[in-house]
Amino acid sequence: MSTIDYSQKIPNNVNLSSDRTLQRALENWQPNFLNWWGDMGPAGSHQHDVYLRTAVSAEPSGWAHFDHVKMPDYRWGIFLSPQVQERKIHFGEHKGDDVWQEVPGEHRANLRRIIVTQGDTEPASVEQQRHLGLTAPSQYDLRNLFQINVEEGRHLWAMVYLLHRYFGRDGREEADALLERRSGQEDNPRILGAFNEQTPDWLSFFMFTYFTDRDGKFQLCALAESSFDPLARTTKFMLTEEAHHMFVGESGVSRVIARSCELMKQHKVEAPDQVRALGAIDLGTLQRYLNFHYSVTLDLFGADQSSNAATFYSSGIKGRYEEGRRVDDHVLKDMGYKILEVVDGKLVEKEVPMLNALNEVLRDDFIKDSEAGIGRWNKVIEKAGLPFRLTVPHKAFNRQIGSLSGARVAPDGSPISQAQWDANVSKWLPTVADRAYVTSLMGCVNTPGQYANWISAPLVGVNKQPTDMEYVRFN
Amino acid sequence: MNAPAPSVLKQHLIDPVICIRCNTCEETCPIKAITHDSRNYVVDPDICNGCGACISPCPTGSIDNWRNVIKAEAYSLDAQLGWDELPEELELDIAAGNIADEEPGFAPPPLDTARGSTMAPKSAATPSINLHTIRQPAVATVVGNFRVTATDHDSDTHHIVLDFGSQPFPVLEGQSIGIIPPGTDAHGRPHHARQYSIASPRDGERPKYNNLSLTVKRVLVDHRGQPVRGIASNYVCDLQKGDQVKVIGPFGSTFLMPDEPKANLLMICTGTGSAPMRGMTERRRRLHQDGDGQLMLFFGARSQEELPYFGPLMKLPKTFIDINLAFSRTPGQPRTYVQDLMRARAGDIAALLKSDDTYVYVCGLKGMEDGVIDALRYAADQHGLDWRALHPKLKAEGRLHLETY
Repeated sequence: MSTIDYSQKIPNNVNLSSDRTLQRALENWQPNFLNWWGDMGPAGSHQHDVYLRTAVSAEPSGWAHFDHVKMPDYRWGIFLSPQVQERKIHFGEHKGDDVWQEVPGEHRANLRRIIVTQGDTEPASVEQQRHLGLTAPSQYDLRNLFQINVEEGRHLWAMVYLLHRYFGRDGREEADALLERRSGQEDNPRILGAFNEQTPDWLSFFMFTYFTDRDGKFQLCALAESSFDPLARTTKFMLTEEAHHMFVGESGVSRVIARSCELMKQHKVEAPDQVRALGAIDLGTLQRYLNFHYSVTLDLFGADQSSNAATFYSSGIKGRYEEGRRVDDHVLKDMGYKILEVVDGKLVEKEVPMLNALNEVLRDDFIKDSEAGIGRWNKVIEKAGLPFRLTVPHKAFNRQIGSLSGARVAPDGSPISQAQWDANVSKWLPTVADRAYVTSLMGCVNTPGQYANWISAPLVGVNKQPTDMEYVRFN
Repeated sequence: MNAPAPSVLKQHLIDPVICIRCNTCEETCPIKAITHDSRNYVVDPDICNGCGACISPCPTGSIDNWRNVIKAEAYSLDAQLGWDELPEELELDIAAGNIADEEPGFAPPPLDTARGSTMAPKSAATPSINLHTIRQPAVATVVGNFRVTATDHDSDTHHIVLDFGSQPFPVLEGQSIGIIPPGTDAHGRPHHARQYSIASPRDGERPKYNNLSLTVKRVLVDHRGQPVRGIASNYVCDLQKGDQVKVIGPFGSTFLMPDEPKANLLMICTGTGSAPMRGMTERRRRLHQDGDGQLMLFFGARSQEELPYFGPLMKLPKTFIDINLAFSRTPGQPRTYVQDLMRARAGDIAALLKSDDTYVYVCGLKGMEDGVIDALRYAADQHGLDWRALHPKLKAEGRLHLETY
């Protein structure tokens, strides 16, 4: 059993009260976190009663307890998946050894860096999304946004626990810095580029949760394989929460598509202008948003050749997605992997040592997973009898990181000149006019059971509740 | 003649339209009944036992779909993998009696919270309850404190004897008392009383004296295996002869034994859940005459060294009580739980269950409840008894008592 102790100031299932120094350090950090939430959490939401899911245990039966709570009263805490007895390291050079319960000195700097980078994305996304609540297309969506926000807050707690518990003074300093950086702020930005972009509208939000939170899923999956057992157990539990975020993205975009298709069928129109005239989002705009979020997220996986990635793997810090299910030697010393690079204006495959290409391996796993969901979106269009199909752009399209950085490649993968790029980019990426149009649709729908004109109602409510429930009570 | 009615399966399915293929269910399933390909996540009807562990973790609600199908025609994995959406619900002719309602042995997520009787056996003596309250606790004197698990072992269980002097404290076997540990908690409030089952018969651990005994295990680790010192259990286990203890109670008006010698007692317990069984067994031993009903005991512990009262228990004549010990952590031996032994003795259990004079008692950790009920069902169904009819009958007649914690 991993019952969570809710009698403590900081709910936890790590027996925090037995370590007074750590408990005090985290209790000192807690008011700073709450101040950060007050300043940078969802704007104007602090008095709302929100129908939120709270974990009461790290066992499956306790992940999902639902109740209306005010977000500042949400019980952020520290939850680790139950420990697996006698777990062994299952990849890299330490394969077969016992997993580490403390940080080995030689891996300390790398582990800290990984944890800080992961931790930084959590508050960053809350900051990026803080104004979205004012334009929610329904109570149901507003509730989902808030659920994601509080869970990103909890993921921050998960990383801060590791920093405080295992990294001493520099860990505490890093934990403080996580509350000081700000998304998009010029003099103290968040660490990763995509987390300094704005999330200005709900279509961006759905695309962000579909693509960028999926990057989160793959990073967490890779860390859940880690030889550093507390990190593995922490990320494993975070994955249960991450799944909801991707659900919001996938179902959100799907509902936008469903609504557009419904109106197109009803009024027998297909041209973008005609669809916009009906107050819906045309499928071409959806494709451009998709292209943007997909390509920006691909960059998050890092350079396609990376000696850091090799070190992280060989030393057992970070595995591959579904490491345990792969059938190879899990050391990868003699294996190769094909990456793409631009030679003489052409995209060519090049075989490199797999260890150095592990970022690319994870990126390719992400691509496969993303494509499957896009296939399900296309099912919605197909069902409506419309010929349009969404596609993922080529992975060399619009890249800023790695050997493909700056290469001019069309969404179909053909290399093009700068002039061709300039002439066509407005067909491929959202234009100022596209964004202005989507923004013009955003307006708050507060009545339970009502949905903005550009999005259809969900197929099922939260926790088997009806779709017209009062998910958020405005006080 | 009619052919046997085909049985119906409540088949667990995942809605491919709503599912986002996040893998949470597959990760969660304790028996690996969920699998996937690049298209769908699907549930294997041959493996899924409807435990429901995957339901609440699913972020989408797609997991909570059930279809009544004829078992032989359940949707196969291949069929499910090919779906774009769930098939329409089939109309089955259950009401007309042409199809057996439910596959025996298969239960959808267990919901029946009151699985045991909510009334005492008809012939049970009338219990006294709540004679002493927090405001006016009885004060008992410790007259004995013995360790009843092997001394060379971590598990530390104590047999405590409390004497009430001239204060009235009448109890029955199966009842419990509360002990108030001295001092206050971190918030300066008095500690809550902790409840312990009485391990002695009604006339006292030492007959004709106003005393009773308890079986208390010293708590040194919590449910997760993290070190923690249980406030009350450590206080009780450390009591010295002559110490005074604040006691409230007695409590309990249903988990009581029938007052008739011909009644059979089927007792199933683990660890300190043995306390009420010891009380009842000792009551029957003191009154024993030829022709009395049978006693059958299933008693589980991690190892022989951790089994309270192992020595005294072994001295009881086999003609008086049928003892079955299950050890789940004996080195070099397969893990055996009480329900395993119950299945092995299903025939003898069924013979007892056939008698209207049989009473069933279950006491121990919460986790044992499902397994024990399942083993009872197995014993009944394997030997011509219909558990679905017998279970409510046992409940209604005060003959099935569960006390788990």
